[in-house]
Amino acid sequence: MHASVSPRPPLEKEALVLEEHIVEVISDSGEGAQRCGQSLGAIAAKMGNGIWTTEIIPAEIQPPARSVAGASGIRIRIGSGPVTNGGDETDLVVAFNEQVLLGRVSAGELKPGATILLENSWREHRDPKVVASYLETVKMLKEGGFRLYELPLEAACSKLVTDPRRGKNMFVLGILCEIYSLDAKTAHDQVALTFGKKDAKVVKVNQGLVDAGRAWAAEHIDFKFRIPAPAVKEPLVVVNGNTALGLGVLASGMDICSMYPITPATSTSHYLSECFERVGGMVHQAEDEIAACAFAVGASYAGRCAVTITSGPGYSLKQEVIGLAVMTEIPLVVINVQRGGPSTGQPTKAEQSDLLASTYGSHGDAPKVVMAASGIEDCFYSVITARKIAETFNTVVVLLSDASLATAQQPFPRPKFSEDWMAPPIDQTPVPEGMKPYDWDPVTGIARRFVPGQPGGMHTLTGLAHDRASKVAYDATSNEEGLRHRSLKLAALQKTLKTPEVFGDRTGELLVIGWGSTKGTIEEAVARARKEGLAVSSMHMKYIQPMPSGIREILKGFERVMTVETAWSDLPEDELIDEDNRRYSPLALILRSRFVVDIDCWGQARGQPIKPGALLEVIRKKLQEPPR
Amino acid sequence: MTMPVTQCIIKLHEERHDLEDYQGGVPRWCSGCGDNAILTAVQRLCRDENLAPERTVFVSGIGCSSRFPHYMKTYGFHGLHGRAFPVAEGIKMARPELKVFVNTGDGDCCSIGAGHWIHAIRYNMDMVVILHDNHVYGLTKKQASPTSPIGFKSNTTPRGSYLEALNPLTVTLGVQNVSFVAQAVDWVPELLFDIINAAYHHKGFSFIRIIQRCPEFLPKVFEPWLADPAKTLILTHKDGLTLSPETARTYKNQLAHDPADIDRAREIASSEDPIPVGILYRNPDVPCYEEVRHAGAMRTAAQLRAGLDAELDRVTVWPRS
Repeated sequence: MHASVSPRPPLEKEALVLEEHIVEVISDSGEGAQRCGQSLGAIAAKMGNGIWTTEIIPAEIQPPARSVAGASGIRIRIGSGPVTNGGDETDLVVAFNEQVLLGRVSAGELKPGATILLENSWREHRDPKVVASYLETVKMLKEGGFRLYELPLEAACSKLVTDPRRGKNMFVLGILCEIYSLDAKTAHDQVALTFGKKDAKVVKVNQGLVDAGRAWAAEHIDFKFRIPAPAVKEPLVVVNGNTALGLGVLASGMDICSMYPITPATSTSHYLSECFERVGGMVHQAEDEIAACAFAVGASYAGRCAVTITSGPGYSLKQEVIGLAVMTEIPLVVINVQRGGPSTGQPTKAEQSDLLASTYGSHGDAPKVVMAASGIEDCFYSVITARKIAETFNTVVVLLSDASLATAQQPFPRPKFSEDWMAPPIDQTPVPEGMKPYDWDPVTGIARRFVPGQPGGMHTLTGLAHDRASKVAYDATSNEEGLRHRSLKLAALQKTLKTPEVFGDRTGELLVIGWGSTKGTIEEAVARARKEGLAVSSMHMKYIQPMPSGIREILKGFERVMTVETAWSDLPEDELIDEDNRRYSPLALILRSRFVVDIDCWGQARGQPIKPGALLEVIRKKLQEPPR
Repeated sequence: MTMPVTQCIIKLHEERHDLEDYQGGVPRWCSGCGDNAILTAVQRLCRDENLAPERTVFVSGIGCSSRFPHYMKTYGFHGLHGRAFPVAEGIKMARPELKVFVNTGDGDCCSIGAGHWIHAIRYNMDMVVILHDNHVYGLTKKQASPTSPIGFKSNTTPRGSYLEALNPLTVTLGVQNVSFVAQAVDWVPELLFDIINAAYHHKGFSFIRIIQRCPEFLPKVFEPWLADPAKTLILTHKDGLTLSPETARTYKNQLAHDPADIDRAREIASSEDPIPVGILYRNPDVPCYEEVRHAGAMRTAAQLRAGLDAELDRVTVWPRS
């Protein structure tokens, strides 16, 4: 009664040409949905399509099977042009059981009438409760207007592999390649790359599964799509944000990365652990987050600028050491791949709520540079820039990414290595007589750093207030001199920063301001709104501290300004909330204080990237309100 | 193995140094503080070993003893409370050719920095670690520390401290990869120097606990030991300390102890009365983390370019020809 991989002629069908589609593969944890989706994304990218993948990750390694909370999977947005974000709701989903699917349906993640491909082995499960649940879900989905196809995944795969649970994902990849008219050879190559570390037999078996899935879909699925793609004209790399950060560290000329395991930052260190030593670098897994940061400070002090990589809770722990680096003027790059907070919060989910802790964190006045990566490509180049700034200004640079970029994949032009990216050699020249370790330049606040090994530069660096000779000094003049010059360095950097570009017209009714990972989403929503004739533009901030010049003038061009952030802010409609107590989202708060302009904010802290459609809705509504 | 560029330079300008070359500012410790004796011994070691001041780094945390680097005329890093170890490890990893010393106190090492201490022993990086153990928090004005004797009346324990003192020697000797453990007391300067000297010549994490007097907050606690030399147990061995005739005459309570014997070292370390003084344990064969991790490797632009290109090749989509 099961359909099988039998030699039936393919169904007569013509591929429907699409501008873009959002596909989701969802399973219990450990069934390989993510590997399937990543491969699909990579194959599409190799065909020349724009892609953006978003992982759906449960917090536990082995959450209970067939549970709504245990859903593990991936969403792939495939477009004929460049894709800059995860997009709106899903068009087509493959689910390995009905429970993980239900979670996505009830969260409103599927488009009305979306196509669902559902594993049907549950129909014959030995537990009647499972069978009942399955049948009930099928009925509900059909009544809900979804286009449902039942797939005999397990039955088909058990003919090819001993454990069908471990082969399903590649069978599904084959089905999806057939549905989206993706090239068979490219798919085979991708499978070889994915399983390349294992032996050739494993590659062969998985390629067989992909072919079988493709054949099955050709016989049994009565529709087919094609998302046309321009030919790839220049070499592109396809990596996720965390790998891009790792590649950035590699390219930046830093040679020590010190870390402690934490989600979602750690995969950057996994990546570096594989390849960093080949170029003379090393990853040190410290005993805790504080040690990881202090180790990096020690390494920076004695040698080249080092980097420490973490996420929210780890960032909190590093704050005191970050203050030490600020006080002693040791260059340091701190990468914070943000997650949901506060406390342990949502380790695998995206949020942009560490901006204030990064900007104002560490006790006392501790000025440091804060910048944010706005996309996958920017993750790569930002690390290189961060190292340069840290060494030029002898300061701490905090580079913010977040969980949504960490696992998202997007192709970008292959970087061409430049020797300018390399760190200069460690200065070992003698220090001229009379020079002091903190000979601050009166204009820029920058002092030449003395590194161990330099004759004549001996001094004891201290986290205590100190004078130009690095001697402990509690007097008022020395203290203010130190504060002044450490602060001036930010102004010196600020003078070199370019004004952010405005996306859209420079005047209008509404300006949307974002920072970090939301760039693609905001610009897509604004472009869609502008197509509807709405007078909206957007601006994206890479440098939050210091903030480039020219923003004040940009703000003046708009009747209303609103930040959009993946972070919480009080809702004006809540009974107790008014203008005297409303807590704004982080960037809105910073902009309001700097420009003394009434800047509104909107955001979501739903653990996932904001959807352009949701933001478009907000923009439309906003423009109907009377200006404040 | 490539040699770091900085190491090639070392041989070029050898010059002799005298004590003054290592003397920084005038110490601001209280008169009678045991830190002064340690400073004198360390400066003598630097001179005897002719350490290049620019290639020597003293790293400390926070506390009375952590002021130590300020009184040396070498490079120094006076960092955060409890965090001297990870800073020193980062320095050693970046620049394995530098001579690294760590000065830490009983609060700094055994309380707020205890986690780092355990792991620093495991890393076994080549550095001399001096635990200035005066059994009390001095800089914050007399609070009980983990090594304060039970019943010690302090500002936070006005009715006497509640817990048995922690023994830094047994803790250190209990950690995997321990490679050098010694104990000294500030009132026997000759042995204090010999022990620091032995620690310096051991390659690895050379841990010395120095019991030192705090005349301000714990003035009388060591009086019985000062009054009766028999209460100090001197450990002697051909691979450990050999005593001068004068010292041998004064300190007659001696025990031959082979520093290779870790079981015996643990037994001896457990004794608080008499106080053992000498080399408890030494194992030159424990690998150093900086060597395991190939610290100091050279890197060139060509190597970096090749490495990056190889990584990019794995993820590149090439235009179809």
